[in-house]
Amino acid sequence: MLDDFMVRAALAGIGVAFAAAPLGCFVVWRRMAYFGDATAHAAILGVALSLAFSMSIFVGAVIVALVMALTVSFLSGRGYAMDTLLGVLAHSALAFGLVAVSFLSGIRIDLMAYLFGDILAVSHDDLAVIWGGALLVMLLICWRWSALLTSTLNEDLAYASGINPKREQLALTIALAVTVAVAIKVVGVLLIAAMLIIPAAAARPLSRTPEGMAMIAGLIGTLSAVVGLRAAYVFDTPAGPSIVCVAAITFLLSSVLKGVQSTR
Amino acid sequence: MSLVQVKDLSVSYGAQKVLSGVSLSVAAGEIVTIVGPNGSGKTSLLRAIIGAVKPTHGHVSYAQGVKLGYVPQRLHIDETLPMTVSRFLKLPGGIARTAIDEALTQAGVPDLTDAQLSKLSGGQFQRVLLARALIGKPDLLLLDEATQGLDQRGSAAFYQQIEQVRQDTGCAVLMISHELHVVMSASDRVICLNGHICCEGTPAVVASAPEYRALFGTGTGGALAMYRHEHDHGHDHSDHTHDHDHTEAAE
Repeated sequence: MLDDFMVRAALAGIGVAFAAAPLGCFVVWRRMAYFGDATAHAAILGVALSLAFSMSIFVGAVIVALVMALTVSFLSGRGYAMDTLLGVLAHSALAFGLVAVSFLSGIRIDLMAYLFGDILAVSHDDLAVIWGGALLVMLLICWRWSALLTSTLNEDLAYASGINPKREQLALTIALAVTVAVAIKVVGVLLIAAMLIIPAAAARPLSRTPEGMAMIAGLIGTLSAVVGLRAAYVFDTPAGPSIVCVAAITFLLSSVLKGVQSTR
Repeated sequence: MSLVQVKDLSVSYGAQKVLSGVSLSVAAGEIVTIVGPNGSGKTSLLRAIIGAVKPTHGHVSYAQGVKLGYVPQRLHIDETLPMTVSRFLKLPGGIARTAIDEALTQAGVPDLTDAQLSKLSGGQFQRVLLARALIGKPDLLLLDEATQGLDQRGSAAFYQQIEQVRQDTGCAVLMISHELHVVMSASDRVICLNGHICCEGTPAVVASAPEYRALFGTGTGGALAMYRHEHDHGHDHSDHTHDHDHTEAAE
């Protein structure tokens, strides 16, 4: 069954959707959308470094994404507004990454595959990495769920309950870096933030509790991956962007539904 | 025996010193109120007690196994976060359904269990925050201007609820308040803060202290007269401490 590239692609998409759903909820609740973008853009530098030192792309991307996320956390509130800081770091990392890739002589790499993903070329090994990473992220988020949620509501409430919000922020940062690294193959660095934010945003009008929102976001993400792949096959469109398009249409539908409900 | 003891506490944010040499303790079952002008370090003091800010000097120590309940000054629930009242009360975990009902009843809002947090009115929201602080059966309740944004009737009712909770559960209360008339009638002890402790003691002692008058003027005389009328008893001036360094009052 795994020998069919479409099956592997679908499984890869579902793996990313599962990891991105609960994490994406926190990204939305904590207003970290741009933060996710910055981490993802930095990953292209990780890709370049991995190729230069012939390491696994996954390892290089995780390391650079993590360094990026930690740098932003550390620098925030030190003289620059968060969005300015992220704008500077994200696009610098992307630019340096692209320049670094051009120095790699002897290797002809398909840059498009990293920018927009290459889900149809997912190998058995890729699948193992994607699901390994996704399970790691899900375990981390489940384990820290209550503490993360309390810190997201209010840092002082967290402190009063004996929770250190800084530690929870670190857990979230690590989960984000891992998700970015495993999602590169599926949707590419430019569309990772979409997989984080759009399913979560689409789930918001349909949910009453945080847990419900994470579950529904997971379902929407999975649906987007499967339907998007199918559409890409039928209409001969690029797979990664097709998945994101389906997610965006779901968002539109749930927003309209919300509007209809509130006017009734 | 004191539940929490603050010893010689100083807190700075960068170069700005907000608290210096503050010492206080809260005994079981006591209601202590902190008053002080804006920027006097009241919130920083409370945040140091819950462990949210690291003191630059001094320390905070707790009685063995003491449980804290905290009601923040303001809590903004992002519209993107769906959260029912009961889910909110269950955070961070290990809370039974019956405990939720009990806490909501104690806080005076028994019917809100399934409401969305973002749809509550200001008064309801403060009471839900109170319920969440009460749910762990705290020995010490910390309130940071918990009635901000409530009208006078709402805040009077809120403080009555606090008093009721103290009677029912016997927990001590350490609160920050701007409403001096409430402070005067509902506290066992008042601490007047302005970067350091200016004066402290029973409400009557503090109200007649020159340090307090320097900060708040004599405009609160009416509230004080009301207090005297209701609580006509002798004043012990021995626990009335002076500290005359008022240069920081200018900030």
